[in-house]
Amino acid sequence: MVKAKDLTDKEYLYGHKACPGCGLGTIGRLTLKILGERTIVTLPASCMSTVTTQYPQMNYTVPSLTMAFAGTGAVLTGMAAGLKAQGITDVNVLGFAGDGGTADIGLQALSGAVERGDNIFYICYDNEAYMNTGVQRSSLTPIGAATTDSPSGTASFGESKPKKNMFEIMIAHRIPYAATASSAYPYDLMNKVEKAKNIQGPKYIHIMCPCPTGWGFASDLTVEIGKLAVETGMWYLAEYENGKVKMSHVPKTLKPVEEYLSRQKRFRHLNPETIKLIQENRDREWALIKEKWLQVC
Amino acid sequence: MDFLNGDEAVAYGAKLCRPHVIPVYPITPQTIVVERIADFVANKLMDCEYIHVESEHSAMCAAMGASLVGARAFTATSSQGLAYMHEMLHYVSGSRFPIVMMNANRTLAAPWNIFGDQRDSLSQRDTGWIQVYVENGQEALDMIIQAYAIAEDDRVYTPVMVNLDGFVNTHTYELVDIPEQHEVDQFLPPLRSKNAIDFNHPRSFCISAATEWNMEFRYQQYEAMENAKQVIVEVDKRFGDKFGRYYHGLVEEYRCEDAEVVLVALGSAIGTSRIVVDKLREQGLKVGLVKLRFYRPFPAEYFKALSKRVKAVGVIDRDLSFGYEGAVASDIKSALNSAGSPPKVINFIAGIAGRDITKENIEGMYHKLFNLSQGKFEKELQFTGLRW
Repeated sequence: MVKAKDLTDKEYLYGHKACPGCGLGTIGRLTLKILGERTIVTLPASCMSTVTTQYPQMNYTVPSLTMAFAGTGAVLTGMAAGLKAQGITDVNVLGFAGDGGTADIGLQALSGAVERGDNIFYICYDNEAYMNTGVQRSSLTPIGAATTDSPSGTASFGESKPKKNMFEIMIAHRIPYAATASSAYPYDLMNKVEKAKNIQGPKYIHIMCPCPTGWGFASDLTVEIGKLAVETGMWYLAEYENGKVKMSHVPKTLKPVEEYLSRQKRFRHLNPETIKLIQENRDREWALIKEKWLQVC
Repeated sequence: MDFLNGDEAVAYGAKLCRPHVIPVYPITPQTIVVERIADFVANKLMDCEYIHVESEHSAMCAAMGASLVGARAFTATSSQGLAYMHEMLHYVSGSRFPIVMMNANRTLAAPWNIFGDQRDSLSQRDTGWIQVYVENGQEALDMIIQAYAIAEDDRVYTPVMVNLDGFVNTHTYELVDIPEQHEVDQFLPPLRSKNAIDFNHPRSFCISAATEWNMEFRYQQYEAMENAKQVIVEVDKRFGDKFGRYYHGLVEEYRCEDAEVVLVALGSAIGTSRIVVDKLREQGLKVGLVKLRFYRPFPAEYFKALSKRVKAVGVIDRDLSFGYEGAVASDIKSALNSAGSPPKVINFIAGIAGRDITKENIEGMYHKLFNLSQGKFEKELQFTGLRW
């Protein structure tokens, strides 16, 4: 288990230009502290690349590569292959991609890399929309959220389709290790990175990354919002390895979704019926989770 | 000598260069390259990471990742595949990774067709890749080797695309000399990339550069391409001295000494044209042939000089920039015109989507050029071999 006192004082991501309160900095810093300096980071078009690799202010103290939007999985494959071909075995190749870069435009390359079993580490930091371009919806935007291209209006309650489930898509690949995490649960996150780093083959961690700018909450509430997502069952923390899913944290009772939704501007337009619909969706999801992964023997 | 088709020659060329990583995605008429290399790897004749990528975009991404960690990378594609990796061509050249790729020239859909023309690669003109077009299997093999020497030169660090005409080159069997491995090893030492990661000096690659700096990165690419002109000539000389085959750098002249009219072409049309030139020369006609080997960097200086020597120039384009003319003709006219009192030019659009460019076609082109040089009217752009 990772302990705070054991964490290195070295910073591998430092001086970035992310918005105040962004969960991305936490994810980047903590992940790299666990993986260490023998790590190469690759970043597709995303908030992460925009705020960390603007020449001449480079924010990584490990080697990094900024990449085309669709190519994260494939460039990781190439790095892993290039290292292997040269007999280098002690380097982590890590991708930080956003939700759009993972679940939309980057899904093909990610699927290819995972299917091939390449020795790569893929992190999706999920802020639930194309934030870097000004808050447009992705396939990971939750139902009911207003974005700049799925706005609420007289004929719209915002995003009309539920969030795609990347964790289960990765499980369908029979990936050696997949997990979900949240920037609001740093120890859980770091423990998962620590475990994954020692696993040969593709590793995928999907991290909920609350976005003050895009979701509409004050920048000091990032952790609180991240926790509420888990406590209301709108996000869950889990791991998949050796063919089995293990829930990392199961709230005793799920709080009403309204406690989560009402704190964010993106859901403020929702009427009670839509909130009820969202709660019903959540209940259905959790019934499935209980059936699949929480069966008591 | 071995009896190989062009794709096989490329596969042997790649094998001799000892690439660490080969990510490839199959597409006709490149597939034989993919298959032969897979055979080499399956039989331990080649020691490399062969990656079955799920698209051409990913092929170039993976090649870039490999190059980032200092590995030598090779890939091959064609047509739709080249178009699909278009975005990555810019990424690779802009971040200066010395990757070598074979492209089997094939027309682009629609109408869909698997046969050869050069619009696929010519339309990638501004992607920042060095582009060479070969005439036969031997040149294909040799140019894969030379391509690495050019791409990995300190003054260049720019990717190279080696183009073979689909089917006419890729699937035609010829006698090809496969150089000895130890001789290629002497010619092409292992890659010690100056543009790769180093944990002692961590750097960020392929970074974002805002308006304040972006133009300066472009200027360096411009310089690298200008440097490549010299490096191409040097590598050709060094290769010729070692293996006995010289290709004359950016362009090769064939019987142009006292020529009044010349044809310019790329790729497989050159072989046919040589025969026609010989025949017409026997008849006492002062014809010449210019083999344009490198499309980028473009040998503008050569054509400026040619401008003073000939009365008419024909350019065979196996492509067409709709709304104007053939892409190669535009560049050649521009260079000829910059010299003042330029020769007249006919742009022949020919060999589209695999249509044969016959000896008769070429002979007809020379006669039209003589018409033009004698003051007769000829249309500036003519389709050769069109049904109507």
